[in-house]
Amino acid sequence: MATFLLRRLGLMVLTLWLLSLIVFFAGQILPGDPGRAVLGPFAANSAVQSLDHQLGVDRPLLTRYLTWLGGVLHGNFGTSYAYRSAVGPFVRAALINSVKLAVLAFVIVVPLGIIGGVIAALYEGRTADRVISVTGLSLSSVPEFVSGIVLIVIFGVTLKALPVTASAGAGSGDLNQFRHLILPAIPLVLVLFGYIARMARAGTIESLNSDYARTATLKGLPRTTVIRRHVLRNSLLPTITVIATQTGYLIGGLVVVETLFNYQGLGNLIYKAAVGKDFAMMEAGILVIGVVYVVATLIADVLLTLLNPRLRLGGTE
Amino acid sequence: MSGPLPQPAEPGAASPVDPFAPIDRTGGYLGATGAAAVVAASRATPARWRLLLRKPTFLIGAGVVLFWVVCAVFGHAIAPYNPLAQQLLAANAAPSSAHWFGTDPLGRDVLSRVIVGARDILIITPLATILGTVLGTALGLAMGYLGGWFDTAVSRIIEAILALPFVIIAFLFVVAVGPSVGSITVIIGLVFTPLIARTVRAAVLVERHQDYVSASRLLGESPARVMFGEILPNIMPAVEVEFTVRLAYAVFAVATLSFLGFGIPPPTPDWGADISANYSGLLAGYWWQTLYPALALASLVVAVALIGDSIEQVLSS
Repeated sequence: MATFLLRRLGLMVLTLWLLSLIVFFAGQILPGDPGRAVLGPFAANSAVQSLDHQLGVDRPLLTRYLTWLGGVLHGNFGTSYAYRSAVGPFVRAALINSVKLAVLAFVIVVPLGIIGGVIAALYEGRTADRVISVTGLSLSSVPEFVSGIVLIVIFGVTLKALPVTASAGAGSGDLNQFRHLILPAIPLVLVLFGYIARMARAGTIESLNSDYARTATLKGLPRTTVIRRHVLRNSLLPTITVIATQTGYLIGGLVVVETLFNYQGLGNLIYKAAVGKDFAMMEAGILVIGVVYVVATLIADVLLTLLNPRLRLGGTE
Repeated sequence: MSGPLPQPAEPGAASPVDPFAPIDRTGGYLGATGAAAVVAASRATPARWRLLLRKPTFLIGAGVVLFWVVCAVFGHAIAPYNPLAQQLLAANAAPSSAHWFGTDPLGRDVLSRVIVGARDILIITPLATILGTVLGTALGLAMGYLGGWFDTAVSRIIEAILALPFVIIAFLFVVAVGPSVGSITVIIGLVFTPLIARTVRAAVLVERHQDYVSASRLLGESPARVMFGEILPNIMPAVEVEFTVRLAYAVFAVATLSFLGFGIPPPTPDWGADISANYSGLLAGYWWQTLYPALALASLVVAVALIGDSIEQVLSS
């Protein structure tokens, strides 16, 4: 168990390092000169060059990468070209906003997805299964901005029941903020529902067909007991991994949802930084996403191992 | 045969304890394919394809896709107006008998733009998916067959890339090279390559221990010949399933890029771009400008997903 954890941690560090390389060099392929982007098209060439020098973007690529990486390891993500101040606070505020939205989406979709998947599995091949499976598949293939538009038309414009912007404005209460987050969370819920239900369904069907479920049935246990005590405990394990790895998707979806609902989250921050060529901001934002994803996957793997005695005791299933 | 034989990779290395195992790190955000597709596709026979015609979900999906293909090909002939013709006096007109879907802020006919808007997305998505499938299959074959350090290194890099949401990777590239039909096709294809490579690698790991692979190696066939001449035909069904499932995500990806403003540049009619350009009008009550393109997009993407799912199901039944 300890060696497994150490190995996973080592690989995580390796993945994070590769990620930092990818993120840094992805920032470099963007065309355009940061000095020019800040000063505008009419600034003198000498002014642009001196700003570039001041920002350090005229140094060799490797030097810049090492400086940047050193800063990141010390918690210094660099200076935003656009705001002329440290990137850290912007990214932190955006991350908190995104986490609020993501947590709300997860709190809604995880129970829904699991219940939907288990029901579909119990009625495998029948109408209930088909309805849940086809609905889940259809919903998860519709881009978030499309379902977002439909929701805005229904709840925001026609019924006027819910606010159509995600930010409640400064000084408003928690309840009001929560109301503003409902509509943006639903497109994320719709996309995730299909995946979670699909995994829960597959896992449940597998354990329903297993030897231990048959034994439990044959020894005369009531069906509800078989399902509750023997089937579900086994079938929901793989679903945990799926839920954790969905964080990666979720942030990609956040780019779209946050743009549509004009919410100051991490996705919106990266999007605006990329468009405005604010490299430091963009690299910090993307790196944070990668770290969140890698850590979430690690937690999922560890959780899966802890919950599964066969893996916990050193077996390999 | 010169040189040492490539070391066989671990058979059936699919336990979460093995960090190199082909776990679907997308958590299914690009579809529950992977191992399932591999198993499913290994049993493909021509008779199973005929089963497709009896599946209602397939028929509905195929019908809708066919409808949009007709719109894409004959769009300008079917459309009641020129989709680019501006009538500023008839701007923001609600749906009426003259303009069934109303007009946009420039007085362009929304129905005509929806019909003609099918074209670019239907050109980009199949080409991008074909490109991603070809590159991903070649890479996956090489990873699975050659194994060793090459497989390890590429697997780590793929893992790091997949820690980032594909929407973000794709729009970074689009910002770098500029949006056009060609560049978006290539970028989506490249973004899909690592995903497809991983599935193909898993399929190759199953095949490479079969007797026919050893036999052809002992006959002195070159690694390239074994990979593409012997293994590829046997994993072809898995590749086909992967292709159909990815197709739906290509539609999702292209539409999302368009919505974020990294798609086909205006004034060419495009659903995602039209939604992005007009959704601020929702609050003013001009719902038809965004709702109709959104519904068109939803119908196409759901139809493609239903087709992919039917094919996967038929192959695994």
